[in-house]
Amino acid sequence: MLVKMRNPRREVEMPGGRTVNRLLDDLDLVRESHLVICNGTLVPGDARLADDDVIEIRPVISGGAS
Amino acid sequence: MAVSGSKCRSCKEPAVIDLPRHNANFCAEHLLQLCRRQVTKAIEDYSMFSPDDRILVAVSGGKDSLAVWDMLVEAGYEADGFYVGLGIGDYSDESGRFVHAFAEERGLTLLSTDLRSDFGYDIPTAARASKRVPCSVCGLSKRHLFDKAAIDGGYDVVVTGHNLDDEAAVLLGNVLHWDVDYLARQLPVLEARDGFPRKAKPLVRLTERETAAWCVIRGIDYLVEECPIAAGNRHLHHKDVLNAIEKESPSTKSAFYNNFIENMAPLLAEHGSVSSGDLQHCTRCGAPTSGEVCAFCRLVATASPHEPVPVELVLGRRGRR
Repeated sequence: MLVKMRNPRREVEMPGGRTVNRLLDDLDLVRESHLVICNGTLVPGDARLADDDVIEIRPVISGGAS
Repeated sequence: MAVSGSKCRSCKEPAVIDLPRHNANFCAEHLLQLCRRQVTKAIEDYSMFSPDDRILVAVSGGKDSLAVWDMLVEAGYEADGFYVGLGIGDYSDESGRFVHAFAEERGLTLLSTDLRSDFGYDIPTAARASKRVPCSVCGLSKRHLFDKAAIDGGYDVVVTGHNLDDEAAVLLGNVLHWDVDYLARQLPVLEARDGFPRKAKPLVRLTERETAAWCVIRGIDYLVEECPIAAGNRHLHHKDVLNAIEKESPSTKSAFYNNFIENMAPLLAEHGSVSSGDLQHCTRCGAPTSGEVCAFCRLVATASPHEPVPVELVLGRRGRR
């Protein structure tokens, strides 16, 4: 599956068959700080991803101190 | 095709998001419903504004400000937007495009100003010229211009997109330093006083994961990339710390903030109500100030003669996440 990430923008190919939560753990990303979008649709942590899925991991943390 | 066994807590249809702090999963429609309820509760519990009030929403092009503008308009409030062009390179150019597209697509009124065009400086230059951190001069500039736009335009309240994560991170910073003055003023709504407009934060009961999900579900295009200057700042570090705690103990973040508002803020109310002193009008712009010239006009005087500084020279530290 193709996994797209931000900050900085980058793409990596990874094998499917793992859940969203496992994917975030494998990438050392915190679930509370990210949304996962699979083929254009939000998916929950237990969603099992397939080899042909296109995944966007979108960070949700933003902002300065003001 | 992803396969999930999670069901929505409300309707038992397939869920699109899991929210550990609610110990529940939600489908798209019921996630939106949760967001609407939390915003309505914040507006009502803290008497933020009424349906008759004219609202000015401070918009940046990010998820929170566009989400709160969308929610208020959907709920029937009269809400216009106000955007400040900060001059932070491509980041500001792109944020402006998202804000203008959002307003145009929905036929909403958007007011705007640009620091470089209208005041002769931008954030990178102001930071360098004043020897202050960029987030400090950015906050000072935005607060002054939001206040002025609201007063000049006859708006009843300025709404910002500060969410639960923002407020919890600021609270953590204030507690770590036991900054009682800041703690006393860290409220979801600040009443108008001394020539300043009322300010309200309707998203204080929503995490930024929830406001981001609102935008995704509602099809709102927003600037996902974070400010290149803010990267690595202390505020973002506090967010990371709180999210690490949240991962082990869901709902700790909301308890930290909501219990402060419920239990501690009333004890600090007297401290916060102390008059800000003998305010007078700034001799240059007329804004309320404790000195002869307000901080914004002093910043303009310092930064506008300075040679423009490229954003690359004031970039924040990288390496988060």
